[in-house]
Amino acid sequence: MLRLLQIEAIKLWYNRSSRILILAYFILLLSIAMIAAIKFDIGPVEFHLADQGIFNFPYIWHFNTYVAAWFKLFLAIIIVSMMSNEYSNKTIKQNLIDGLSKKEFIMSKFLTVIAFALISTVFVFVVSMILGLIFSDYNEPGIIFSDLEYLIAFFVKLMGFFAFCLFLGILVKRSAFALGFLILWQAFEGIAYGVMRWKGSEALADAVYQFLPLNAMSNLIKEPATRLGAVKSVANQLGEEFSKDYGVHILEILIVLAWTALFVYASYWLLKRRDL
Amino acid sequence: MSTILTIDHLTKKFGHLTAVKDLSFSIEKGNVYGILGPNGSGKSTTLGIVLNVVNKTSGNFQWFDGSVSTHEALKRVGAIIERPNFYPYMTAEQNLKLVCKIKEVPDTKVLEKLELVGLLDRKDDKFRTYSLGMKQRLAIASALLNDPEILILDEPTNGLDPQGIHQIREIIKEIASNGTTILLASHLLDEVEKVCTHVVILRKGEKLYSGRVDEMIASHGYFQLKSKEQEKLIDLLEEHESFGRINRDNGLITAFLNTPMEADELNALVFEKGIVLSHLVKRKESLEEQFLTLTNNLSN
Repeated sequence: MLRLLQIEAIKLWYNRSSRILILAYFILLLSIAMIAAIKFDIGPVEFHLADQGIFNFPYIWHFNTYVAAWFKLFLAIIIVSMMSNEYSNKTIKQNLIDGLSKKEFIMSKFLTVIAFALISTVFVFVVSMILGLIFSDYNEPGIIFSDLEYLIAFFVKLMGFFAFCLFLGILVKRSAFALGFLILWQAFEGIAYGVMRWKGSEALADAVYQFLPLNAMSNLIKEPATRLGAVKSVANQLGEEFSKDYGVHILEILIVLAWTALFVYASYWLLKRRDL
Repeated sequence: MSTILTIDHLTKKFGHLTAVKDLSFSIEKGNVYGILGPNGSGKSTTLGIVLNVVNKTSGNFQWFDGSVSTHEALKRVGAIIERPNFYPYMTAEQNLKLVCKIKEVPDTKVLEKLELVGLLDRKDDKFRTYSLGMKQRLAIASALLNDPEILILDEPTNGLDPQGIHQIREIIKEIASNGTTILLASHLLDEVEKVCTHVVILRKGEKLYSGRVDEMIASHGYFQLKSKEQEKLIDLLEEHESFGRINRDNGLITAFLNTPMEADELNALVFEKGIVLSHLVKRKESLEEQFLTLTNNLSN
């Protein structure tokens, strides 16, 4: 297993563009910390984002994983191109001739995906922990370590998304087209939801929509903004009330895990069937 | 002698096209094999199947004694198919070290093999800066990293300039002289003739012949003769039971043998009859002539 990871690490690290993208990704993750520096100072209105409670434990786990998940697009580019480059350089053929089995080939890619998701999760955990310890109003261990399921959801979300990218890379073989397909698929899910709601019922649409891969992934961590105390109080004054379930649910995690397994297996199946 | 590769009734269809049709042959250790055939005769497809990159339609193949899986067996094989495929952004040395990881061999031989193909001084240059000839030599170095039991080369000199072709052939000869089994696919007959002891001849996916190069056609060779007394010589040869067809071309007489005969025997024989030869050469048919005879015989 280590050998397969090493093989993939060598391929990625010597490639300048993927090296730059990987570094850029982690620097961007760090930049979450920069939010703390956001300050508006317009005459009498003084607004310091860090003081609004976004870095309070345990809310910070929710907020940071939600924001950090947006940066996954950077790694998506790397993952799609690490797959499609193997086709365009024909190195996949050479790898197989040199004695890598098709299973090992897929495994080396999937292990890399897991490694990326895991490192990102650890990274977000460390950054959030530091930010929280600096800015949080509550510092009791019981509160700090509550709601950690958002980190699990974050890991599953990244893994699922990257597995989807991996599959698209194998299916389409060209990185630009694969990324285009990803956007197209996002649109397709939205349209499918709209059509089901229009022709069927809202209940039916919601029931199916939660199972579509990209929506299932985004469901894992719901938007945290309306959960923020400040936003809530403004909404209350306007007579609006949010009653929304922000939690992480086992079913949602299972749906994404099932998609992950399906994407990896489908990648293997495609590779096995194809003549190179 | 142990068998390295056995191919048994292998068939590959691409849609309606049958690229390989019911092909069987085996590769024994220590020989140099050529797979001959015109373009599109199924050479590369056959190699692709045994190298795990093309799926067979039916039939079987087996590496070594059949006790290991194909990808494990390929770690003991060195192969180059068509174009050299490496990571363009990595240097020669980095690429070869990656191959070592895949083949699960220590990377101690990287520099040695780079030297063998004359690329040691370019080891730190990126693959994409290499010329085609250098790429092909790097591919050979890569295929040799595991000191393979068999080296498979598919059109190794395709697209190279004469100097590049010469370099590759020298390297192949050197490897063959070390006793490595070689399987060389080519449509260039002289290339195969120069290095191979055995041939498999394919046409439209079917095997026409497999066996030793010198036993390809039951022939005893022919004499090329010149003499001032041409007519007398021809009469003599026509009467002799050892000779079959006799051609006369521009003063050069070509006499094909029906039964074995050595050059000194013939020399003594004609001298006895009072004919003096000014030119006497005994030859075997070249592979090209044999190949054409064989393919023509079957197409008629």
